[in-house]
Amino acid sequence: MDLEKNKKESIWGGGNQPMKASYGKLMMWFFLITDALTFSAFLGAYGYHRFTHYTDWPIADEVFTHFPFIHGHYPLFYVALMTFILIMSSVTMVLAVHAGHHMNKKGVIIWMFLTIVGGVTFLGSQAWEWYHFIKGTDKGALLIPAVGTKEGQKRVAHYVGVDTHHSSDDTHHSSDDTHHSDLIEAKYLNGEAVPQKMLAKDENGEFIYAKQIFGAPLTGEHAFRYNEYGHTTFSNFFFFITGFHGFHVFTGVLINIIIFINVLRGVYHRRGHYEMVEKVGLYWHFVDLVWVFVFTFFYLV
Amino acid sequence: MGQENSTRQIWLVFWLLLIVTAIEVILGIVKPPVMVERYVIGVTLLNHTFIILTIVKAYYIVFAFMHLGHERKNLKWSILLPVWVLIPYLLFILLTEAYYQHEMFYGI
Repeated sequence: MDLEKNKKESIWGGGNQPMKASYGKLMMWFFLITDALTFSAFLGAYGYHRFTHYTDWPIADEVFTHFPFIHGHYPLFYVALMTFILIMSSVTMVLAVHAGHHMNKKGVIIWMFLTIVGGVTFLGSQAWEWYHFIKGTDKGALLIPAVGTKEGQKRVAHYVGVDTHHSSDDTHHSSDDTHHSDLIEAKYLNGEAVPQKMLAKDENGEFIYAKQIFGAPLTGEHAFRYNEYGHTTFSNFFFFITGFHGFHVFTGVLINIIIFINVLRGVYHRRGHYEMVEKVGLYWHFVDLVWVFVFTFFYLV
Repeated sequence: MGQENSTRQIWLVFWLLLIVTAIEVILGIVKPPVMVERYVIGVTLLNHTFIILTIVKAYYIVFAFMHLGHERKNLKWSILLPVWVLIPYLLFILLTEAYYQHEMFYGI
């Protein structure tokens, strides 16, 4: 009887930790669960739109083919580099946490600094990618008005063949564009050829029905409604999901910098443990984890 | 708190993540015809491979880098269970509805 009472008190009497983790760490984990659910909702919504419009959906590795300083077609290389940068900064973060466990202040400083550098590099790479995505290719694509469909949504068509010189004011080939107009061929994303009458031109060499479009414009009449890559939700989700992830990276860098300054000032050394580095580390790894999924579902699949 | 997580183990996980990412990129560029043409539950074999490799990477990030492998069983399950139950459930609803929506939009 007495023994049972004691046992009960030891469970419910306070003072024990069922999770054996500090309050701060526990709350960081629960925040990360909610964030994971948010991101999976976004990626799920992306999947929903993609499956709904899969016949008009662009193939991601045909969209992201640029690489800095080199011209040509390099699918996936740039995103792979970005992934590498983020994984690398995740490794330096674990090493910082590891150094913190051993109360090695110098180690924490070096590894945290490298983590911040990695984060900033990633953000810069993302800015470069966004710039090229918004600007689009030199050729651009054609917007074909819808004939006889319900909502009147225009469809994107791509030029067939690589060397199709089109006669447009936007390019610099205006000198020799006399009678190339009849040779234009274009295909919808589902492989269907665009009817020749939709590609007709007037005597000035301008398209009568079709319209040219470059990149994914953020301003002007086509902003967020049409883009050269395919169905409009593709670019909207690109901006939204990679933007939301980039925002996480940005706040992660900010929090890292704050903790880094505290480490420099010796706050955690005096406190006797570097658990704060561990907590910010959890957030940083989570950002890396999300990128692993974004990389797969946006660029690979 | 994960004291046994040595530097050597950290670098081992790093190489593993790097190699898996490299395999993904190579598969994404080569796109082996066998894997592209073969469909399993409506998705190509290549995409299944990508998803499995991604989950492998996620496992190593969460269990090694975030030290979840060294935490108490209580904590492990209270973190993993909501995610394991809710995300597949949400995806199942969204993706099956999307197929139906496709038929509505495009007629077949």
